[in-house]
Amino acid sequence: MTQYLAKIGIEMHCEMSETNTKVFSAAKNAYSETPNTNVRPLDMGFPGTLPVVNKEAVRLALMASIILNCSQPEYIYFERKNYYYPDMPKNYQITQETKPIPVGIYGKVEYECEGELKTIRVNNIHLEEDSASLDHFYSTTNIDYNRAGVPLLELVTEPDIHSAKEAVAFLEHMRSVYQYAGISEADSKKGQIRCDVNISLMDASLDETDSNNWGTRTEIKNVNSFGGVKDAINYEIKRQTEVLESGGVIEQETRRWDEESGTTIRMRSKEDAIDYKYFVEPNIPKFKINQEWLEEIKLSIPKLAMDRKKEYIDELGLSSYDAGVLVKEKSISDYFEECINIGIEAKTAANWITVNIIGELNKENISIDEFYIVPTMLKQIIDALKDGFLSSKQAKEVFAKAIEEKKEPKTFINKENAQISNKEELAHIIGDILNINQEQIEQYKNGRNNVFDYFVGQVMKNTKGKANPVLTKEILQEELNKR
Amino acid sequence: MKYMNKSIEELHELLVKGEVTSEELVKESLSLSHEVQKKCNAFVTILDDARGGVVTDSLLSGIPYGVKDNYSTKDILSTGSSNTLKDYVPFFNATAVEHLNATGAIKVNKTAMDEFGMGGTGTTGHTGIQRNPWDTTRLSGGSSSGSAVAVATGVYPYALGSDTGDSIRKPAAYCGIVGYKPTYGMISRYGLFPFASSLDHCGVLTRNVRDAAIVVDAVKGKDKNDMTSWDSSKIHLLASCTGNVLGKKLCYIKEIVDKDNYPNASKELLAHLDNFHKTVEKCRSLGMIVEEVSVSDALLKAEPSVYVVISCAEATSNLSNLTGICFGPRGKGDNYIAMMKDHRTKGFSPLIKRRLVIGSYVLQRENQERYFKNAGRVRRLLVDKWKELFASYDAVILPVGSGPAKHIDGSKDILDEDTAILEEHLQIGNFGGFPSITIPNGFVNNLPVGVNITGNCYDDENVLNIAYALESAMNYKGQIAKEVK
Repeated sequence: MTQYLAKIGIEMHCEMSETNTKVFSAAKNAYSETPNTNVRPLDMGFPGTLPVVNKEAVRLALMASIILNCSQPEYIYFERKNYYYPDMPKNYQITQETKPIPVGIYGKVEYECEGELKTIRVNNIHLEEDSASLDHFYSTTNIDYNRAGVPLLELVTEPDIHSAKEAVAFLEHMRSVYQYAGISEADSKKGQIRCDVNISLMDASLDETDSNNWGTRTEIKNVNSFGGVKDAINYEIKRQTEVLESGGVIEQETRRWDEESGTTIRMRSKEDAIDYKYFVEPNIPKFKINQEWLEEIKLSIPKLAMDRKKEYIDELGLSSYDAGVLVKEKSISDYFEECINIGIEAKTAANWITVNIIGELNKENISIDEFYIVPTMLKQIIDALKDGFLSSKQAKEVFAKAIEEKKEPKTFINKENAQISNKEELAHIIGDILNINQEQIEQYKNGRNNVFDYFVGQVMKNTKGKANPVLTKEILQEELNKR
Repeated sequence: MKYMNKSIEELHELLVKGEVTSEELVKESLSLSHEVQKKCNAFVTILDDARGGVVTDSLLSGIPYGVKDNYSTKDILSTGSSNTLKDYVPFFNATAVEHLNATGAIKVNKTAMDEFGMGGTGTTGHTGIQRNPWDTTRLSGGSSSGSAVAVATGVYPYALGSDTGDSIRKPAAYCGIVGYKPTYGMISRYGLFPFASSLDHCGVLTRNVRDAAIVVDAVKGKDKNDMTSWDSSKIHLLASCTGNVLGKKLCYIKEIVDKDNYPNASKELLAHLDNFHKTVEKCRSLGMIVEEVSVSDALLKAEPSVYVVISCAEATSNLSNLTGICFGPRGKGDNYIAMMKDHRTKGFSPLIKRRLVIGSYVLQRENQERYFKNAGRVRRLLVDKWKELFASYDAVILPVGSGPAKHIDGSKDILDEDTAILEEHLQIGNFGGFPSITIPNGFVNNLPVGVNITGNCYDDENVLNIAYALESAMNYKGQIAKEVK
């Protein structure tokens, strides 16, 4: 059996959720449950409407282009991609092709896959408009134009990926880039990320850099989750391997990922490929991207996940593991940084977040933005713990109670019932107990070490369990030594 | 007719002095609309409930006007003279219409046209043929046929038109009036139903040059809804009409106007060219310098095909929103493809279908380089050539068409090989976005003919002033069509 090497390229479409309005119309760019509420005449293709480019969308697209180490064009053009489909009321999409140059070409990205640094080449990244969404019912289809015209970034990679694992790691990296750069929430649950994947197999013993050795590729359309990308790639590698092993040939074709059956299904062959009849959009004059603007954009790029991780390790002394967990989601990293800003000690904050908070988020399947205990509330618990008003067991109880009753933690921190951590007070209590237990002191002195625990038990009994156990043991030891 | 044969400035004075009310003007205009509708079929909609308005300092206030039916007019049927939009009532106004509303002008009708502006005959609209008011057996020209007919018959002093090849300037010539399309982007195209976006211009048809200046002064300006519009606030067209043209330099192109190039010339064509040369003499008598220049015949001969390729290609894409799904009559069928097919098959006239097929063909991957891309290159060569002329001359002066309007029964929308460039050269004004104005310059066979003046982009003031001076030296200013047959 031949050893095959998979060559995988990805087209990643990501809605840019962070602009106020759509890419060519003044309609609000917002996710809405109510259909057809964020719509202007252009979004429904009414006669005489014209596209007006959203400068912020171009700025963010150029930012993505810079982050991906692409080259940026001197002039921005848009093009029309002509085809008829009910989700596109104009029946053409305003997009960018590779000639003229889109917002970015020929870049490269580094990402981590299982602790290993990988590089992937970017063919191009371009800005385009999203289509309407279709809801199919038994005999009808409803069209929701809220999504029509939402800015969409399409990233096209070279086939530098070799496995489903790498593909998912790359996509997770890109999601993090988009989130950290403030380009998009990149939430696949909201349908903001959609992928097309192309896959070919080659004889692993041949030279990968020579494209003559590459196999015929198939393209898989409409993969809308990272899990789907993983499954689709694994399925397609298996399918192609079986075809090749049985002496067949791979046909250049477009296939569709069918989530329900977990298979890819043939859509059309190369011969049936749609001719999109591209031409330059005449309603948008080309406009010059000046160097100063690019510099300005470059300087405005926020710190990305990799930078923050490094900072957490080098400056805050966190473990690489904890830092990695914290930066995985921007919102979590932001929460952590807010904790630091209000004076929570870094390691303490990291522990609470990575252990208690993320656990809670996973349990409830919510994001940290929806989490009841904001950093200032977390600080109430941590301070009480530090000041000895709470034992760590009690702290966890307060944490749970605050979430459950949606009340600030401080409501549950009663200083009257707090732990006794006052040294003098404890020494006094311990002295009294020792005074009436002379017999036990003797036993202890004679080597019965477990009597020590008896004394601790007496202190706890006396204080109804509020004595600070660590201090109690310390003072008890001192007092026994004195006698 | 008591008032509607007058110019905008004359009407404004009468209104201000109280000698006539806006309501009276509107009534007269509506009644004339119905007369002209019977005779020439110029309108898609006559707004019988239009009422007079307030008269202010604005020259256009209280005065009736017409709008070509490819302008989006809020709450008023806007069909583009196509069955695909036969019941379409927009919920927004074109920017040009908004501007006129702001001046207090009164819209009295929507004028018929060649379907979506594609055609130069006035015969392809869904409501039938617009007849030439000078001779109803003749064409009015197109595509702004209804607007030209209405202005020529004195329904009102002006109507909005649109011009993708020569759709304002040619019907104006055939109807004996003024047709002006300013520099590309001077008037916003927002709300104008697109034909070919890179060639589409808004403009106006009037009976004198000053009126054209007044209307465009009112409707021009940068529009946040049209990225191709630009700030023209420093351009004052009416003020530029001084008539002082001493030393202005014009040129005409030998290959287009030389009789020797037309061995099979008709009598009408010869008379038209003679008349043109008389106009040239008139220019000289006004102190202008007019010179003959030569342009490569090969380049000129390529021009008509360049227009067909580019305009049809853009039209194919622009008209693909007409599916009957979001608006327009819903087609019948079991699925969306069948529904769209039914809508488009029933909705478009054969002429449009032919153009859409051509457009689609020239854009196909295997044909794009040979047709669409090459057409773009020749367009660039022609525009560069004209810009080169504008480096030495204020404007190019040329005759419009090959004579007066053709007969309706002999008409086909097909080019006569010999006179192709004479018929089509105005399209170069659209290739370059040049300001271009046609004014009447006499009669051939008792029918009006026109002359065109085209200048460099943003030089509208100069072009209008030259046209104004020439118009003042001839006797056709403000003429109303008289049936001659």
